[in-house]
Amino acid sequence: MTKYLLKRIFYMILTLFLVATITFFLMKFMPGSPYANEEKLTPQQIHIMNEQYGLNKPLIVQYLLYLGGMLHGDFGTSFQYSNQPVSSLIAARLGASVQLGLQALIVGVILGVIIGSIAAMKQGTWVDSTATVIAIIGKSVPNFVLAVLLQYYIGLKLGWFSIAGWGEFSQTILPTIALSVGPLAETARFIRTSMVDTLSSDYIELGRAKGLSRMEVIRKHAMRNSFIPLVTLIGPYAVALMTGSMVIENIFNIPGIGEQFVKSILTNDYPTIMGVTMVYCIGLVVILLITDIIYGLIDPRIRLAGGEQ
Amino acid sequence: MPERILDVKNLKIDFHTYAGEVKAIRDVSFHLNQGETLAIVGESGSGKSVTTRSIIGLLAKNAKVMGGEINFHGQNLLDLSEKEWQKIRGNEIAMIFQDPMTSLDPTMKIGQQIAEPLIKHKGVSKKEAWAKALEMMKAVGIPNAEERINQYPHQFSGGMRQRIVIAIALICEPEILLADEPTTALDVTVQAEILDLMKDLQKRVKTSIIFITHDLGVVAGMADRVAVMYAGEFLEYGTVDDIFYNPQHPYTWGLINSMPTLESQKLEAIPGTPPDLLDPPKGDPFAPRNAYAMKIDIERKPPFFKLSDTHYAATWLLAPGAPKVEPPAEIQRRWAKFKAMQ
Repeated sequence: MTKYLLKRIFYMILTLFLVATITFFLMKFMPGSPYANEEKLTPQQIHIMNEQYGLNKPLIVQYLLYLGGMLHGDFGTSFQYSNQPVSSLIAARLGASVQLGLQALIVGVILGVIIGSIAAMKQGTWVDSTATVIAIIGKSVPNFVLAVLLQYYIGLKLGWFSIAGWGEFSQTILPTIALSVGPLAETARFIRTSMVDTLSSDYIELGRAKGLSRMEVIRKHAMRNSFIPLVTLIGPYAVALMTGSMVIENIFNIPGIGEQFVKSILTNDYPTIMGVTMVYCIGLVVILLITDIIYGLIDPRIRLAGGEQ
Repeated sequence: MPERILDVKNLKIDFHTYAGEVKAIRDVSFHLNQGETLAIVGESGSGKSVTTRSIIGLLAKNAKVMGGEINFHGQNLLDLSEKEWQKIRGNEIAMIFQDPMTSLDPTMKIGQQIAEPLIKHKGVSKKEAWAKALEMMKAVGIPNAEERINQYPHQFSGGMRQRIVIAIALICEPEILLADEPTTALDVTVQAEILDLMKDLQKRVKTSIIFITHDLGVVAGMADRVAVMYAGEFLEYGTVDDIFYNPQHPYTWGLINSMPTLESQKLEAIPGTPPDLLDPPKGDPFAPRNAYAMKIDIERKPPFFKLSDTHYAATWLLAPGAPKVEPPAEIQRRWAKFKAMQ
């Protein structure tokens, strides 16, 4: 297990290094410059600023300096936000995104599992068709459309929740709903397929032959077996949701990391782009590792390398 | 007279399909004696599995019982509610399936899977059930049972898994064990071990077995009586000696003749394919493939002719006044042997 973990951590670091490198160079090829109102700055001013931020050094030197800084946890200072360090900028905004993402993930996955399971158990009936329609709508309606509808009907017309803003829990409800529809639809579809598959397997039949009722067989044998593959789906979803949905954060005016990411790209704020990308990336590799470990724990067929067999 | 534990009368089962009603079981009657093994042989699609599944109430959703009775302890199983079925399944009637590789829940410990029917039916504590499961594992010949009880199915070989499936089926000491081709998916050497194990446990648990197979070799070693099934009907039934040494129905001849022997120069086969049960033949269903078929075989269904108290065959060749035919050489050889045995 230790050997496996060390190996995985090595690969994680390698992945992060590659992502950092590729993003760095891609970013530099982006058109535009970091300076707003470029045309009003004199060449001297630009020169001074380039000097200050190290942008006049050769690209490779900039790259090495950047990597060096990152190893110390220093992502540089933002060009746009009054020279704040990127790390504190992200730290201040990550909380909202993570909270919103987690809420949406929990709501979406739980409802998705319930809808998908019911659809599978009632396979071929109107219940199943309804669930499929819900899944298709959830998958195909963009969440920002839903967000606007929620704002208008529930926020404005009914006045139950405030339309935008961040601070109280009630303000998180509408964005959570809007954001959870995607994972809900995906989970429902996935669980339905997985469950239908499991229900037609021989061990379910044997369970029935043991004298278990349909519900007992589902509870004891079908659920565990059809839910396990969901773990692989949840991992990447968790990262995507927690690191923020840029559009939803914008619509609901939530000070999250996604909103900031969009702004930083639009303004060529190199250190912030790099910082946010690296946060995404770290989140993803860590969650993938956790997913694999959990998978090994809940599915006896998967033993991590070096485990007893 | 041995006591009849199960009595199936005039069973008819249809399958509803998009093409129409498939008449899968067409008027099948048989019984199972206390403690015996009845083998049902026949080729794929003859209705063997459907017949056994109806005895444990696990027919496919699109199957419909059109008539008949399955009498067990004075009650007709076909009248049972789902609740009542659940009390019988795994308790008084248990079943072993064909493929041990997929019959076990991959994420549940073996011990728990074996103990499950016991907890369900006998209301014993988890601890007692676990102890009994361990005992069963030893009884079915799983080495290191104390350790292996905590393992998962993927840690066992196919033969070991089938032993576990047998342990599950027998833990409640059922009166009837339905075995649907339990050795088909196994290596030949493992097959023999499993068959020996089943015979051994049958004596200990005192269960009666309905054994489905398409392998006549297995039948000879396992069964007391044999029923030959074809196109949803029984064509002939009798003791193992009756069927192997005094076969009367041309289909039984064909089956026996296609068993390779040490002297066989080539593998014999029965030409043709079974009839389409969407529109079943009105006469003897085997007639179109039968080299000995007479006109009446096509027109009228033969009744069962009695050869002895144990041996019945449904073929017009046994009717009084029917022409004498020469069966294949192998059958004649067996007939001679049968005469000598008498």
